[in-house]
Amino acid sequence: MRSACVMAEERRQKQCSVVLPTESMKAMAESVGVGQLQEDSCVALSEEVSYRIKEIAQDALKFMHHGKRRKLTTSDIDHALKLKNVEPLYGFQSQEFIPFRFASGGGRELHFYEEKEVDLSDIINTPLPRVPLDVSLKAHWLSIDGVQPSIPENPPPATKEQQKKESTEPLKAVKPGQEEEGSIQAKGQSATSAEVKGKEKLRMKPRSTHELSVEQQLYYKEITEACVGSCEAKRAEALQSIATDPGLYQMLPRFSTFISEGVRVNVVQNNLALLIYLMRMVKALMDNPTLYLEKYLHELLPAVVTCIVSKQLCLRPDVDNHWALRDFAARLMAQSCKTFSTTTNNIQSRITKTFTKAWLDDKTQWTTRYGCIAGLSELGADVIKTLIIPRLAVEGARIKAVMEGPVVSNIDKIGADHVQSLLLKHCASVVAKMRPAPDVMEQYRADFGYLGPMLCSHVVKARAQAALQAQTVNRTTLTITQPRPSLSVSQSGGVGGSGGPRTPSIIKVPSSLTLMSTRPATPTQPSPPATKYIVMATSAGAASTQQVITLSSSQSGSPVTSTVPSGSTSLQPLVKLESGGGTVAGSRPLQKYIVVSLPSSSSSSSSLEHKGGTTATSPVTIETSVKSERSESPATHTHSPH
Amino acid sequence: MAAVQDGGSEPEGEKEPQPELPSDGSSAPAATPASKPEEQQQQQQQTLLAVLQFLKRNKLIESVDALRREAGLADEPDEAPGSEAGGGVGGAAAGSADSADASALLSRVAGAAQSGAASAPCNISFSSIVLFIVLSVGGEDQPDVSVVLSAYSQQGDPSLYQVYYSGLKKFIESVLDCHRAELSQLFYPLFVHMYLELVYNNHESEAKAFFEKFSGDQECYYQDDLRVLSGLTKKEHMKGNETLLDFRTSKFVLRISRDSYQLLKRHLQERQNNQIWNIIQEHLYIDIFDGMPRSKSQIDSMSGSLAGEARREANKAKVFYGLLKEPEIEVPLDDEDEEAENEEGKPKKKKPKKDSMGSKSKKQDPNAPQQNRIPLPELKDSDKLDKIMYMKEATKRIRLGPETLPSICFYTFLNVYQGLTAVDFTDDSSLIAGGFADSTVRVWSVTPKKLRKVKSAADLSLIDKESDDVLERIMDEKTASESKILYGHSGPVYGVSFSPDRNYLLSSSEDGTVRLWSLQTFTCLVAYKGHNYPVWDTQFSPYGYYFVSGGHDRVARLWATDHYQPLRMFAGHLGDITCTRFHPNSNYVATGSADRTIRLWDVLNGHCVRVFTGHKGPIHSLAFSPNGKYLASGSTDGRVLLWDLGHGLMIGELKGHTDTVYALKFSRDGEILASGSMDNTVRLWDAFKAFDDVETDDFTAATGHIHLPDNSQELLLGTYLTKATPVIHLHFTRRNLLLAAGSYNSQ
Repeated sequence: MRSACVMAEERRQKQCSVVLPTESMKAMAESVGVGQLQEDSCVALSEEVSYRIKEIAQDALKFMHHGKRRKLTTSDIDHALKLKNVEPLYGFQSQEFIPFRFASGGGRELHFYEEKEVDLSDIINTPLPRVPLDVSLKAHWLSIDGVQPSIPENPPPATKEQQKKESTEPLKAVKPGQEEEGSIQAKGQSATSAEVKGKEKLRMKPRSTHELSVEQQLYYKEITEACVGSCEAKRAEALQSIATDPGLYQMLPRFSTFISEGVRVNVVQNNLALLIYLMRMVKALMDNPTLYLEKYLHELLPAVVTCIVSKQLCLRPDVDNHWALRDFAARLMAQSCKTFSTTTNNIQSRITKTFTKAWLDDKTQWTTRYGCIAGLSELGADVIKTLIIPRLAVEGARIKAVMEGPVVSNIDKIGADHVQSLLLKHCASVVAKMRPAPDVMEQYRADFGYLGPMLCSHVVKARAQAALQAQTVNRTTLTITQPRPSLSVSQSGGVGGSGGPRTPSIIKVPSSLTLMSTRPATPTQPSPPATKYIVMATSAGAASTQQVITLSSSQSGSPVTSTVPSGSTSLQPLVKLESGGGTVAGSRPLQKYIVVSLPSSSSSSSSLEHKGGTTATSPVTIETSVKSERSESPATHTHSPH
Repeated sequence: MAAVQDGGSEPEGEKEPQPELPSDGSSAPAATPASKPEEQQQQQQQTLLAVLQFLKRNKLIESVDALRREAGLADEPDEAPGSEAGGGVGGAAAGSADSADASALLSRVAGAAQSGAASAPCNISFSSIVLFIVLSVGGEDQPDVSVVLSAYSQQGDPSLYQVYYSGLKKFIESVLDCHRAELSQLFYPLFVHMYLELVYNNHESEAKAFFEKFSGDQECYYQDDLRVLSGLTKKEHMKGNETLLDFRTSKFVLRISRDSYQLLKRHLQERQNNQIWNIIQEHLYIDIFDGMPRSKSQIDSMSGSLAGEARREANKAKVFYGLLKEPEIEVPLDDEDEEAENEEGKPKKKKPKKDSMGSKSKKQDPNAPQQNRIPLPELKDSDKLDKIMYMKEATKRIRLGPETLPSICFYTFLNVYQGLTAVDFTDDSSLIAGGFADSTVRVWSVTPKKLRKVKSAADLSLIDKESDDVLERIMDEKTASESKILYGHSGPVYGVSFSPDRNYLLSSSEDGTVRLWSLQTFTCLVAYKGHNYPVWDTQFSPYGYYFVSGGHDRVARLWATDHYQPLRMFAGHLGDITCTRFHPNSNYVATGSADRTIRLWDVLNGHCVRVFTGHKGPIHSLAFSPNGKYLASGSTDGRVLLWDLGHGLMIGELKGHTDTVYALKFSRDGEILASGSMDNTVRLWDAFKAFDDVETDDFTAATGHIHLPDNSQELLLGTYLTKATPVIHLHFTRRNLLLAAGSYNSQ
């Protein structure tokens, strides 16, 4: 017990004049059997003890420095004690953290070392842990003739922040490599003052060339060929490389041009497969945590938009599943809006306008119409509520005209059918939130026209599903202290629950087409990347909040799915608000959020509707890959954090 | 023969070396063969006196009597008057005595002085060179603490301390700008001593108030010491507190111009401010110089050490920084190789080059020490072969410069869980050794050649000793592996160093030992015991045989591999010795310390010949330039300082690192300085330009006032970020490829 308090004190070293509180002295005295300690002796003792602790901490610091570490460990303390000829503290050997627990009660605060009783048979029966890896030596080039090669062993040449800075403040930013060149040249010209040097740097900036080394050129060739080639395994590898390699910064302009040109050509030729491959490349580029794409959006976004709204994307629109491509591209679009939209470039509002304009046009084809709606609905519940739902009646009438009217063409019919299911899919969840519980068919018909009854049944289904979810996942997996009481949960971006406090509901978000990459641990990264979970919560009237919870899995061998925290597109965790037995809005109890991944059943049901009647053509590749991913993901998500 | 320099406490021994310096510096080395008997007699007498004085101070009266009887000294010799009052002059004397005689004396002293401290007298004579033994009483519980502290017994009114201090503060703030910076140096030592006086005299609350009021005014680089002081609030704490003892036993050195000093003196006399005047008189050493007062930046660049600046005279001794003449090696092998080269098609270039190199080494450097000033081991045949290899590699060396930066190969230690504490490469870059926190030392071969042990004795006896490949036959093929683990230490290994011939490896550890390992058998040969506390660093001499170690006991020791006791003990630092380096000519040893100073020691006589101040944090890395003229040092504050050994001056400051600099290395030609740090970067600096820019004229050399150009950004040639891998060691291969090492830190 004494040691526990001592150790707790170590961490407060920064404040110099800190002295242990006399209560601690009393607690320690009691722990060794001294009942009543005089106040004076407490004070004297605490001063003495504090002084000695500080002395030891200072010595321990020496051991930390010589151990070439930044973190003070328990062994440092032991060594410092040894210096003072004091017996070390046995039993505090943990390398990484000091396992103290805090407890308070009865006006006393205590730090203690929690010792769990472990059943011996448990230890015997559990399989042996893996033997830790032995020390090994690995060599790599940190620099070749003064230039740092872009290999996974080295940090990315330009960090994302740098790239962002460069694109937002182009005049100030200087790349690390160029900085040196610049300063050397400036020296050569015997610059007289710092001002001159500064100017030179500014002038030098636009001249920066993006020369690719031979290796990089080879890499570029290999990657692009694999991405659009016929071998699916190779493509998966190439995409993974794009999504994870840290050194692609230099090649980004090439990739961007490759994609935009590729889309241009293949839209004309209606080559659906290639378009899909290119979109997957865009997705991979966006997934790469070391790249900042803003500078290349002018090439990438038009390509993506083309894949969403183009009139024709494939040779046989009646058979091929170009809808999946539109969905996928729409999600990409929503993701880039979320990531890159700023007040200067206004991407989101410009995109919204474009979609709306095309949608409102009467002459727009069904395909384009589908794309516009998909694009808009991916932008979030907010957009759905303000732009799509008011037009449900009009759109319903149009669909009715095609479906029930004279047969115009098969293509139109298929198109209308797709638009209908799309609208139902996206609107159901939003409507479920907007409208109070009893769903009356007639009312829906009155409000939404032709689509009303179908929408009603969808909403009912959505609510039922949500209730079911709530039951099955009632076991707490993750607890977050959230002080705000009247939180309703929705997709981020939506201003949900405008109608005051309501019963918490579960909103089901349809599954999405995600191409996730299982990221293997790179040789230099012994620990796997952390799994991210997202909790999204929207409060009434307030801006949406997003919480990303990172859970690092301890076994390096387990498959780790890394997902992009981009709200609606890639990952749909269900977020459930569990209020403890009818919480009143006024009181502020602890609330629990449970994060769950969507079970595959709901997703397959919705996607089956879409796929109805599609033959096994090229888009199937996407679907299958999605499916395999999906079958994996529940497993990873159910790793309960506690 | 031995001369004894006795430091009653090691800082004292250092404190006033000036009186004795001429005597032992000049007479002792020459004394060996040719000194006159009477001179010897006299010096012997002096030695005796010194020993007696030491014994008396340590209250070992019996042994004093015994010794006196032995030596036939009738009367108690005169005490050096006033030596105690002035903080204690280490009763030091030097001389030469008959070898046997002296050792007998010393052994008695050591036997009697059971102070438990690290006093290790030794007497080893080799090659008829005089040995000097610096006797020191190490570390902690010094017997004369009470003497030291008693200076505080006289005191003024505790409540007036604040008034005194703020009065002085007001005065200094009101003086002319040119004097203000100089006089501001007084604040910190005065603050410390006044605070300690208050604490010593049990005015706890006053002391606390005093500290709180004025601690904020002190320079930021004293924060670490202030933190120690702040914890010290009771008289009882003062006993055994090392930092406090440092303040007390060594005078804080200030360098002030005569004008400023007069100004201060006049002020204090006018005010009758005896309290402050007493402190200045007793605890401060004011080094007065004539001429212009120094500027704030000049002062700041030199201050920061635990005991103020170095005294000017401390850096006056001559340092032979030149390199030793390379032995001329003419081996037929060389020609063969040249022919081989010829066949490859580079016929003519090599010859003139080799000639120029040969002529270079023939010329004796005027600044070089005598070839046999320090006896060096004879070159073995294998060493000669290695030299030839070296020369051949050297011809293929890339000339580095700002335009041609070296390639860097990084060796990452994986799965060490923050346990890597020390790394070393062999000179030919074929082996890597790592010291680990789990007490192991591991050796890797980075060439395809695997590590093999020598066969067991039984197997060896079967070998035909006459065969040509006997050296190959003695190796046991079955043990070939890429790495070997050396077990033996019982604490984290903080320093490793290969011998130049690659036969041995040294390691120093928390357990207080330095171990010598054989790289033939991969077993421990010797554990050198002497340091009682953790040994932070050790290094082999560039010529082998000798090595130096330094650790928590503040004493650096010089050893020879075949002696189990140290040959020299270098005492004088006021804090842990954190790193040790041999000068390329093996005549000097540089030590960096936690007291924020660097000292250069003469291996011949154990004297401290240079004290460099200016670092603001513990020094963790040192590197000599290949030509022996310069020294680079890196500390926890992330700065690298450059020093001119000949003039004893700071000549450069390299700013850029944001964390402790753990590794420094000059390229083989000395043009590039590479530094590696905890901030996960390797930086390359233009050393040639840094040294070239500095014009050391006579004035700066004489006064020690330096103007540092702030040109770190221009000198920085490259920054290479690693992936979460602090850089612990750097090494230039013979062809100027830079090797770096560190352990991957997954968090």
